[in-house]
Amino acid sequence: MALATREVIGILTDNLRLRGSVLPVPARRATRWAREFGLPRGGERVLYTGTMYHIVPYTERLVRLQQRLGSSRLAGLVPLARRLNRLVNGMPLVARPTSEERSEYERVPANVAQLLLRAGVEFGYLYEDDLYTGVLAYDLGAEDVVAAHAKRIAGIFYKYGVREVITIDPHTTTMLRSVFPRFVEGYDVSVRSYLEVLAERGLPVEAPLAGDVVVHDSCVYARYEDVIEPPRQLLAAAGLQVHEPANSRTMTWCCGGPAEALYPEKAAAVAAQRVGQLREAANGVQSECVTMCPICLVNLRKAADGTMAFRDISEYLLEAAKARS
Amino acid sequence: MTTLVGPELAGELRRLGTFDAEVCMNCGICTATCPLGIDVLPRQVMRFGLLGLDDEVRRHEETVFSCLLCRACEASCPAGVHITGNIRVLRRWLLEKEAV
Repeated sequence: MALATREVIGILTDNLRLRGSVLPVPARRATRWAREFGLPRGGERVLYTGTMYHIVPYTERLVRLQQRLGSSRLAGLVPLARRLNRLVNGMPLVARPTSEERSEYERVPANVAQLLLRAGVEFGYLYEDDLYTGVLAYDLGAEDVVAAHAKRIAGIFYKYGVREVITIDPHTTTMLRSVFPRFVEGYDVSVRSYLEVLAERGLPVEAPLAGDVVVHDSCVYARYEDVIEPPRQLLAAAGLQVHEPANSRTMTWCCGGPAEALYPEKAAAVAAQRVGQLREAANGVQSECVTMCPICLVNLRKAADGTMAFRDISEYLLEAAKARS
Repeated sequence: MTTLVGPELAGELRRLGTFDAEVCMNCGICTATCPLGIDVLPRQVMRFGLLGLDDEVRRHEETVFSCLLCRACEASCPAGVHITGNIRVLRRWLLEKEAV
């Protein structure tokens, strides 16, 4: 196995095993968004972020570092870095996104909380026990570490009496809904994306939007979890004209993100192809692209390099749900 | 050079998870729909596993780990092969062999 592949996977799984996340984000930072809402701790129904949106700016910093190291002599130090990282969390030293880089991602959980509250959904939050689900380690094949981590999270759900989880991103959704039942005996937690919950409740619209958007389906929502109609229903309810790219719904085209941790160049090539399809769907109309996954958002935006605007779906929905002052 | 094939690897893979590569009909639609344009066809990599070609699986480690797991191939597969599930099993096997 190539050294880089082996060591990168090793560092990520070490982190999950030792620190509860492949990229440990300080709990204070990951839970800061919840302060303004005074959400109860735990409860039968909780909003669960899995810190996915918070992790992405850190991942980006690491990918940039990886690309800079490339095949330079410094890359040979990665095995040593892995050994040191076992003793001391090295992430804060090598991945330090700026507050500007973090702010858009950190805003999403707050957007979702506001949307749910406006729709009359009551829920709690697990604060520092809202842990990353281990999806990247799972995707890389480190199932044993993930199985142990799944049991830990299931234990947290049982401790707080959680029966129903509302998620905010596709990867956390599929882990909690479709993967954890394989790892945890007697796992009995209902898991739904906030998009499904809001589509069922109806989006509370105070200030309808006008304009055109191109929708980019997440592979995981569309092909793993069958979450295809809810985002379209919600965007239409918000007042937006939705355009479909060449590959859409169950045949959506990947953003390339899942390859980024090991093969950033391949990820960029796939993202560039997708941006081409999205631009074509815009068909000269002044339109932005809506994403519903933090990995899609960061990869497509990077590939578009300013030629097309990308925003998370929660931003549009909240804008429509809030009365304009 | 003689290449020996054997069932041992397929057995090891099945121990790690559901590995249903034998259902594949080799039609190639997985290749046609792959956004990554994987250089070795998904069906070929899976076949290495079935035939017990350990070294070939190892040699194509980059293919196995660069798969996006996006399931575009599965959405079109007429035989309903769990292609990404098979890729996950191959990843597990490679990690296990390397004691990562």
